Amino acid sequence: MEEREDCIALQCRQYSASCREFSVRCQPVQLRSLSAATCSVWLAAYWLFVLTQNSMVLSAAIFITLIGLIVYLHFVKIDQESLLVIASLGIQMTSSYASGKENTTFIEMSRVKDVVINEAIYMQKVIYYLCILLRDPLDPQSVSEVVPLFQSSKPRLDCLVEVYRSCQEILEQRKTVSQTL
Amino acid sequence: MVVLKVFFPSCCSSAESGLLVGHWIPEQNSAVILAVVHFPFIPVQVKQYLSEVRQVTQVNVSVLGTWSNCKKKEESLSEFLEDLGTIFSHEPWIQLCKETDSKFWSCSIIQKHPSTPKEDEIILVYYDQRKVMLSHLHPPGNLTNSTDHKAEDASKLAILFDTVAKSKVLFMKDRYDDGPIKLTHWQSEGVEASIIVELMKQASIPVCMLLTFLLSFVSSVCKSRVLKFWPLCFIWSKLSTCEQLGHRLEHLQVISSNRKAQNQPQLMRKANIFVSLLADVALGILLMSWLYRKNRIGHLADTLIPVADHVAKELQDLLQWLMGVPAGLKMNRALDQVLGRFFLYHIHLWISYIHLMSPFIEMILWYVGLSACLGLTVALSILSDIIALLTFHIYCFYVYGARLYCLKIYGLSSLWRLFRGKKWNVLRQRVDSCSYDLDQLFIGTLLFTILLFLLPTTALYYLVFTLLRLLVVVVQGLIHLLVDLIDSLPLYSILLRLCRSYRLAAGVKFRVLEQKTGKPLRLLMQINPLSYGSVVQTYRLPTYSCYPKDSWGSLCKKLFLGELIYPWKHKGEKQD
Repeated sequence: MEEREDCIALQCRQYSASCREFSVRCQPVQLRSLSAATCSVWLAAYWLFVLTQNSMVLSAAIFITLIGLIVYLHFVKIDQESLLVIASLGIQMTSSYASGKENTTFIEMSRVKDVVINEAIYMQKVIYYLCILLRDPLDPQSVSEVVPLFQSSKPRLDCLVEVYRSCQEILEQRKTVSQTL
Repeated sequence: MVVLKVFFPSCCSSAESGLLVGHWIPEQNSAVILAVVHFPFIPVQVKQYLSEVRQVTQVNVSVLGTWSNCKKKEESLSEFLEDLGTIFSHEPWIQLCKETDSKFWSCSIIQKHPSTPKEDEIILVYYDQRKVMLSHLHPPGNLTNSTDHKAEDASKLAILFDTVAKSKVLFMKDRYDDGPIKLTHWQSEGVEASIIVELMKQASIPVCMLLTFLLSFVSSVCKSRVLKFWPLCFIWSKLSTCEQLGHRLEHLQVISSNRKAQNQPQLMRKANIFVSLLADVALGILLMSWLYRKNRIGHLADTLIPVADHVAKELQDLLQWLMGVPAGLKMNRALDQVLGRFFLYHIHLWISYIHLMSPFIEMILWYVGLSACLGLTVALSILSDIIALLTFHIYCFYVYGARLYCLKIYGLSSLWRLFRGKKWNVLRQRVDSCSYDLDQLFIGTLLFTILLFLLPTTALYYLVFTLLRLLVVVVQGLIHLLVDLIDSLPLYSILLRLCRSYRLAAGVKFRVLEQKTGKPLRLLMQINPLSYGSVVQTYRLPTYSCYPKDSWGSLCKKLFLGELIYPWKHKGEKQD
């Protein structure tokens, strides 16, 4: 994938015949937007200071900017989302934030029914998203939950089709395994 | 292609060559290695030891294969290891081989009757034995509810965690034991124990017995007949302090019981109650020291009477305003004067009563403040009760106003039906037509007119006092909410999640380590801790929580009809 400014990058790695990892890297934090936000907050604070002549406004503005930046980097801005598929163990989703924090969820293979691309109508357009269908333990044929993937990076259909094809190859393996056992 | 998973403890990576001992799970085609038995050993003794372990732990522990850790591959060693396979027959026989300065291990499987002619793929998963043994797995919510799931559907991870946790006996042998068998596992360098924990365990037994005796004495006093006479038992049920003290007494009884906790949720509950009590008492003592320093209690008592006076004066001004021309509305002069004078006399009585009590207030408050050492929740409940007592006259006024208004509304509705020639049939619970006599109609119409024109006055008094009462109820509700929060917060679980996050596991996470083609796939399994929100939700302590009894709609309806409202319902109260 080319590295343009408004582009996201998909990387597929195959570790072994039954283990693959797909990672989607989002846009990193732009210096331009950070500086714009900081400048606007400080300009507003300075204007308030000129009105009220209270220096607490300026220190409050600095405090707010720092706290806001930390909260944004640690809880909001997602740098990379990755999907690790191991045929006999399960599927693992990881989101890593700009501050280095990683949020991981692992779903065992016995709970996974299938991986599909779903369509959704959002306002005036149709969007596609990849999701995992979870099996209901009481009724093996029905779907109990739908877990959407890559929610922050939102790759487009061409990325999703590649990931979907790779996933299906691995999921096929577990069907052959269960047939031979 | 069949995939074989080998779960290998990371503490055994540097162990010397020997036999692999563990549990084979055939449904998942995975081997959980628990320990390594070193040379020299006598096979008969190994088999005997393993059968003893099997009996004690109920886990099917057996010899699964061989482990060799040597500088370079030796032919004689590999032949010797293959011969061992014939002594300890296990299907399949796993052979792990590690060269001392290489990260990548080689693993081969020997099967007597291979099911498929194709080669097996092997996945090597490293896990931290100590953390997996100590941690408690919390499966996702929808899985815990199904009670009739078959064994195959049970979570594979739960089986793994279970196996390691149950094999505690295996980990009790360390290398300083003089036995025929030498094992390597996470505790082989020496069994861990803490002196403080052991001392506390020994000391807790007499302390528990003493506490149980004291508590039985206290509860027998509380249940005695003397305190059950009618006025007293009514007062006890209304005071929130008594409820809170009863709740704390229950908690103490749970902690001081002699029975050991059966399973993990019970143990966590006991620990949470204990830590919560400690924190409560600590906060209460802190509050007490702050109150009694610089004689703040004295200042509080001194300002109490002026505050009560001020509230009474404000009420008097309010009543004078109502007796005049409130908000430009024209009241019925006679009724206005009667109601206003009635309430003013009440306030006068209340003020005299407060002034009578004023010399004793400081002393009472001083002794009541001492009870804050029982806990911050008790102090807050006492505060809520003091507020209730000080605003008792507002409650009385609300009841008078509500009853008058209620009577008026019922009278009006009944006479309105009379106007239209209808009547309420009590037997059938419906409105029926009825023919009235002329004099009945005449008196009915007269009464209806009187009640209708007196409605605005009564309605205004009712509105004012209901608003005041709602204000007091909201303040009391907030205090109770705070008490509830302190009561139900599972402090021990939160601290555990903060400091030893591997003990509360939501699941696992895998990391792919460096790979080399031709060698098995290497994964690292780590514990994924539970999020703080789920910790609080799972381990919340149950309380006698007070929550709104009515929905907004029914509350408004009750207010409109003039029925008395008691918006907070306690869990133990019966439904009206």
